[in-house]
Amino acid sequence: MTNLLQTILVLVLVLNLFALGTSRILSLIRTVALQGALLGLLPLLLHGQHSLATVLTVGPTLALKGLAIPYMMVRAMRDVKIKREVEPLVGFQPSVILGALATVFALLFAGQLPLAAAHVDTLIVPTAIATVLTGFILLTTRFKALTQVVGYLVLENGIFIFGMLLVEAMPLVVELGVLLDLFVAIFVICIIVNQINRAFSSLDTRHLVSLKE
Amino acid sequence: MAFAIILLPILMAVLAALIPSNRWRPWILPVTGTAHLALTVVALSRPELATCRSWLVLDPLGKLILLVVSTLFAFCSFYAVGYLHHRLARDNRIFCTCLTAFLGVVSLVTWVHHLGLMWVAIEATTLVTAPLIFFNHTQRSIEATWKYLLIGSVGIALALLGTFFLAYASLHTGMASTLTLEGILAQAPQLSKPWLHAAFVLLLVGYGTKMGLAPMHTWKPDAYGEAPGVVGAMLAGGVTSCAFLALLRVYQICLAAGEGAYVSRLLIFMGILSMTVACLFMVGQRDFKRMLAYSSVEHMGILVLGLGIGAPALFGTLLHVVTNGLTKGVLFLSAGNIHRAFDSKNTEQVSGAMRRLPFSGSLFLAGFLAITGSPPFGPFISEFSILNGAFASGRHVLGGLFLFLLLVVFIGMGATVLKVVHGQPPFAARNTPYRDGFLTGAPVLGLLLLVLLVGLFIPEPLNVLLREAVEFLEVQP
Repeated sequence: MTNLLQTILVLVLVLNLFALGTSRILSLIRTVALQGALLGLLPLLLHGQHSLATVLTVGPTLALKGLAIPYMMVRAMRDVKIKREVEPLVGFQPSVILGALATVFALLFAGQLPLAAAHVDTLIVPTAIATVLTGFILLTTRFKALTQVVGYLVLENGIFIFGMLLVEAMPLVVELGVLLDLFVAIFVICIIVNQINRAFSSLDTRHLVSLKE
Repeated sequence: MAFAIILLPILMAVLAALIPSNRWRPWILPVTGTAHLALTVVALSRPELATCRSWLVLDPLGKLILLVVSTLFAFCSFYAVGYLHHRLARDNRIFCTCLTAFLGVVSLVTWVHHLGLMWVAIEATTLVTAPLIFFNHTQRSIEATWKYLLIGSVGIALALLGTFFLAYASLHTGMASTLTLEGILAQAPQLSKPWLHAAFVLLLVGYGTKMGLAPMHTWKPDAYGEAPGVVGAMLAGGVTSCAFLALLRVYQICLAAGEGAYVSRLLIFMGILSMTVACLFMVGQRDFKRMLAYSSVEHMGILVLGLGIGAPALFGTLLHVVTNGLTKGVLFLSAGNIHRAFDSKNTEQVSGAMRRLPFSGSLFLAGFLAITGSPPFGPFISEFSILNGAFASGRHVLGGLFLFLLLVVFIGMGATVLKVVHGQPPFAARNTPYRDGFLTGAPVLGLLLLVLLVGLFIPEPLNVLLREAVEFLEVQP
C-alpha cells in the first residue's frame, strides 16, 4: 500500500515537470487531467477501511478532476482555436529546471517542518509543496488565459494533496463542496476565456491592460 | 430557521431563472430582499432559533454581518429594479439569478461554524458575483471579470491551504483534527505554534485578497469600476464584510491560542499599508468609481487596524463594519446614477452633477462626507471609537498616523467628489435622458438616513448586539 502511494506521488511530481515543459495546450490539459485522476485515487490508498464516504469522495473527484474539467477546457480550447503557448515569460526548458529546483526545495523544506510522526516518511507533504509551487510558476510565467487556468488547477491539486492528511477534519459535505466550487469556477472561467477571445481576438492576457491608473 | 434564510434566496434564484419576462423578472429581487430581511429580524430577535445543527449556529458576529448584508440587499434590490428598467435591452436573467443566489451564499457564510464549509461558501460568493461584474459585456468589463476571478480564486486557494494548516496544527500535537469552530476553540491553547502562525499568514493573505487589503487589492478598482453601481454596493458592503467575518473567526482562534501579540502586529501592518496605498491612489483620481474602490481598500485597512489594536477598539471596529457597509451602499448607488446620467465616470467629462441630478448629486456629496468620518454620520462614531482605542492602548504614534491618513483621504477624495458635484455640466458631456427616479433615488436616501441614525444614536438592539459580539470575540475557552 505504502509503496503504491509513494509511486503515485512520484508520478505526480514527474507530471509537474512535464506540465512545465510542454508548449502544447492540449498535452498540458491532459497532463493535469492525469494528475487529477491519480490524486482522486489517493483516498483509497491512504485509508485502510473503505467506507462509503471514501467511495463517495473518490468517485466525484475522479469524474470531475479526471474527466469533466479537462473536457470543458479542451472544448474551450477548440472554441478559441489556440494550440500553443508562445513566448512565455520564462522559456520551457528553464521552467523545467525551475520546477526541479522547486521540487528539491520542497523535499528539503519538508524535512525541516515539524510534522506528526506518522507523516515524516511519506512524500505527501513535499509533493503538496512542490505542486503548489509548480502551480505558481505556471500562473506567473505564462500569458495565455487557458494556461493560467491550468496553473490554478495545479495549485488546487497541491492543496488537495495536503488535505489528504486531514480526513477527519473534512467531512464529506465539505469535500464535495470544495469540488463543486472548483468545477463551477472552471466553468465560469471557460466562459470568460471565450469572451476574452471574442472581444480581443486573442487569449494573450497581455492585451488586458486597459484598466490601470 | 437557518435553512429558511439560506435556501429562500437560492429557491428564488431558480425562480428568477425560470421567469421569461425581462421586464417583470427584476421584481423577484425586492421580494427576496424584503422576505429575507424579515426572516433575519425574526432570527435575531428569537435566540432559540439561532442553533440549527452543530455546524449552523448564528453567533453574535454572524448576526451582525447577516443584519448588515440583509439590510443592504433589501435597499439595493429596489434600486436594482429601477436600474434594470433602464437596461431592458440587455437580458437580465443571469444578473437576477446570480444576485439572488448571492444573498443565499452570504447567509450561509454568516451561519456556518465549520471553517471548511465557510471556505466553500466564500469561494461561492466569488463565483456568483463574477457574472454580475460582466453584466455590461464590454472589453473593459471582461478584463475586470478575468482579474477578479483569477486573483480571487488564487487568493482564496491560499486560504484553503491555511485552513488545512490550522487543522494540521491540532493533528501535530496528537489531537484529533477538526475544523468546527467550537472544536478548534477548545483545542486552541494546545495548537502547534509554528503551524498556527503559518495558517494565520495564509488565511490573512487569502481572505485579505477577498477583502481587498493592499497589496492584494489590485482587482478591486477594476471590478468596482466596471461593475454596475448596485453590484459595486453589494461587493463593497457584502462580500468584504463576509471575508472580514472569516478573518474574525481566525482572529478569535488565535486569541484563544494566546497568540494575540503576533496576530496584532501583522494586522496593524496590513491595516496601515492598505490605508497608505489607498491614500496614494486616491489623491488625483479622475475616475470616481475607481476612487470609491480605493476608499473601500482604505476602510478594509481601518477594519483590520481596529482588529489589530484589540480590545479597546473592537466595539468601534464592529460598528465600522455596519457603518462602512451602509455608507458604501449610498456612495455606489448614487455614483451609479451619476455614471448613467453622464455616460462617463471620468471627472473630465463629469461635473455639475448637482444641476443635472440634484438628488443623486446631493446624496453622493453626503455619502462622501459620511465615509470620510465627518459628524454627524455613523462612520464618525466608529472611526472615532477606533482612534480612542488606539490612544487608550497607548499606541500614540499609530493613532497619529491613523488621523493623518484619514485627513489625506479626506482631501484627496474631496477634490474628486467636488469636481463631480459642483460646477456646470461640460458642453462635451453627452446629454443622456437618464434622470433621478423614485426607485433609483429612494433606496439611496433610505440608506443615508440609516447611516445618519447610527451617527446620532445607536439603537439599543444594535448596541446590545455589538456588545455581545465583542464579548463573544474575546471569550476564552
